[in-house]
Amino acid sequence: MSPLLIVVLRVLAAIGLMLANGVVLIYMLRKVLGHLHVRLGPMHMGPKGVLQTTMDVLKLLTKEDVTPTNVDKVLFFIAPALVFVPALMAYAAIPFSETWRITDLDTGLLYSFAALSVIPIGLLMAGWASANKWSLLGGMRAAGQQIAYEVPLLLSVLPVVMVVGSLNMSDIVAAQSGLWFVIPQLPAFVIFAIAGLVELNQTPFDMSEAESELVAGFASEYSAMKFGLLFLSEFSNSFIMSAIGVTVFFGGWMIPFVPAEVMQPVAPVIFMTKVYIGIFFMMWIRGTFPRVRIDQLMQLGWKWLIPASLAWIMITGLVIKVWQLGPGAS
Amino acid sequence: MSDPRDDVISVGALAAEGTHSAGDPPAGIRRVPSGVDGLTTEHLIINMGPQHPSTHGVLRLLIEVDGEEVLAAETSLGYLHRGIEKLAESRKYHQLGTLMDRGDYVSGMHGEQAAALATEKLLEVTVPDKARYIRTLVAELTRLASHLVWYGTFGLDTGAMGQFLYAVRDREVLLDILEEISGQRMMFNYIRPGGVVADLPVGIEKKILDFLTDFDVHLEEHHALLGGNEIFQMRVKGIGTISREMALAFALSGANLRATGVGFDVRRDRPYDAYPDLDFDVPVGSTGDAWDRYMVRMEEMRQSVRMVRQCIEGMPEGDFTAKVPKVIRPAEGEVYASVESSRGETGVHLVSDGSPEPYRYHYRGPSLFACQVLEEILPGHLLADVVMMIGSLDIMLGEADR
Repeated sequence: MSPLLIVVLRVLAAIGLMLANGVVLIYMLRKVLGHLHVRLGPMHMGPKGVLQTTMDVLKLLTKEDVTPTNVDKVLFFIAPALVFVPALMAYAAIPFSETWRITDLDTGLLYSFAALSVIPIGLLMAGWASANKWSLLGGMRAAGQQIAYEVPLLLSVLPVVMVVGSLNMSDIVAAQSGLWFVIPQLPAFVIFAIAGLVELNQTPFDMSEAESELVAGFASEYSAMKFGLLFLSEFSNSFIMSAIGVTVFFGGWMIPFVPAEVMQPVAPVIFMTKVYIGIFFMMWIRGTFPRVRIDQLMQLGWKWLIPASLAWIMITGLVIKVWQLGPGAS
Repeated sequence: MSDPRDDVISVGALAAEGTHSAGDPPAGIRRVPSGVDGLTTEHLIINMGPQHPSTHGVLRLLIEVDGEEVLAAETSLGYLHRGIEKLAESRKYHQLGTLMDRGDYVSGMHGEQAAALATEKLLEVTVPDKARYIRTLVAELTRLASHLVWYGTFGLDTGAMGQFLYAVRDREVLLDILEEISGQRMMFNYIRPGGVVADLPVGIEKKILDFLTDFDVHLEEHHALLGGNEIFQMRVKGIGTISREMALAFALSGANLRATGVGFDVRRDRPYDAYPDLDFDVPVGSTGDAWDRYMVRMEEMRQSVRMVRQCIEGMPEGDFTAKVPKVIRPAEGEVYASVESSRGETGVHLVSDGSPEPYRYHYRGPSLFACQVLEEILPGHLLADVVMMIGSLDIMLGEADR
């Protein structure tokens, strides 16, 4: 096979994965929230409502795509793509198993975060171009909170990178064969979890589309598949964030004390299961927690998470140094 | 005429201890300079509602914001106006309850009760003991149902979706009970002049007591889930503080007033129906912020549970209604009767000219006053707090717009 064909197939696989994932996750969200809320969730389309999301996507595809009169047409059109494409790009570096990955990047972790950090621009663009005050406020909030929390998010994975000595996600997974990083790096994981939820606009930090405050935030004026893209990328992002979390803190596709040969054939399944458990926890939080206020969010980010993550980097650095001088010196 | 807010307002047994000093002019878009502030920033005037997901119906707020901070707010009412007061002038007396149901449609029984009490005052009939107890029973059940809606939507306003669904699970049982009693789930039309329209169905006591057994647990769960949440406390403490004076000056009543520390409750201070026989506490707050309003309402639910139990235990034998003529023609006169509805003092001012229809009918609803205090308390808060405050005041637009 020509190398070009392989690349094309991999990209198609990523798109397919993302779309399938989106459909599954939306169904999962509805069911999980439904059962958390003592109701059933979708039940009518197909057995137990499994076709509900498919039908919703079909509906979004066939709906009239309304473009309000006063919008900035170019930006309004580009914005959903600018949110969707980075979400797609971020799939590239995630290792589903030792061999199952779209590409093996030496800077995989950095690349994933870099791809995700493009999203606020798209959200701000969507909010700004919509010519709607609620959208504008939503876009501003999205940009504000995502830029503020990118710092603690990156700083929270830095200690792990320091321990492993590599930004390659496969190396990070390999380094956890004995012990998941969540145990020695618990403070880093806590910071990662909080900052990750903020990055994803998830409850309790879903400020930018707070429906009780901002109607639908930056997505207020979007309809049909443009809205579908904004909506889908949100689920895709939670998958990526959960995947990064699993890779960095929960041993990726590995299970401790199980020999690699046994795990190898089912590694992608293990990985996906872990990722979905992570997403389940996000949904659990979403079904239960109230939302914080924007000023409280910013205070938490700048006054607590960033100093805490810096302090933890320093502690980790000291421990590594002491280890290198002492027991690990030989 | 002098500023009406300078007058000391005395409410029943309670004489206002403070007067509201006019101080700064009340907030309002008209009075605050708007537009370009400095060179680069511009205030944004946002039209919140009437089609906004969390304005609890069709409240319209004009909000001037500087970024996220609210500088001024103006409430605009009337999107749900159906002319209840005017309609009442062409209705027979026993039809008034039907209109009141559609005023404050979440606590319909209280509106009916106010209309019935006013008519009875005009007629000078004595309501049988059993009817008094049944009325009190259904009124307290309605209060529970209504407070559950408040609790759920307050959760929704803060962004917590689950609370609403847990609340409606309990409310569903309550509505089933009320349906069994009255034949309707919300537009009851059950309390009529002279008594109630029908006796309690057989076996309803057991259903109510079974519900209360569950609800005792559920209520504490609700409280732990929302009130015990750190984020929720961060959101409501110190938000939307209403001082004692402001509350009195704006004629607030119900939990909104009691949260400021004024212990006025129509049930205790101007007792009606079976309330004189019941043992209950009136919870009051101290600071008058959203957290106090939350705590007062939660405690009110516990008190309502107590009262429902007492009503069932002490339910007397007898008739469920007094003998009232089919077409009520009260003597000429003017009366005012009020009840403590879920939101405060719901009163009916009735003028009769001796004909079968009221000459003038005035509906005093607590939400109308709570809507007005919004203009005063919103400035200085963030946009996110706006919905919190609407939720914490528990306004009901069907009643404010009538």
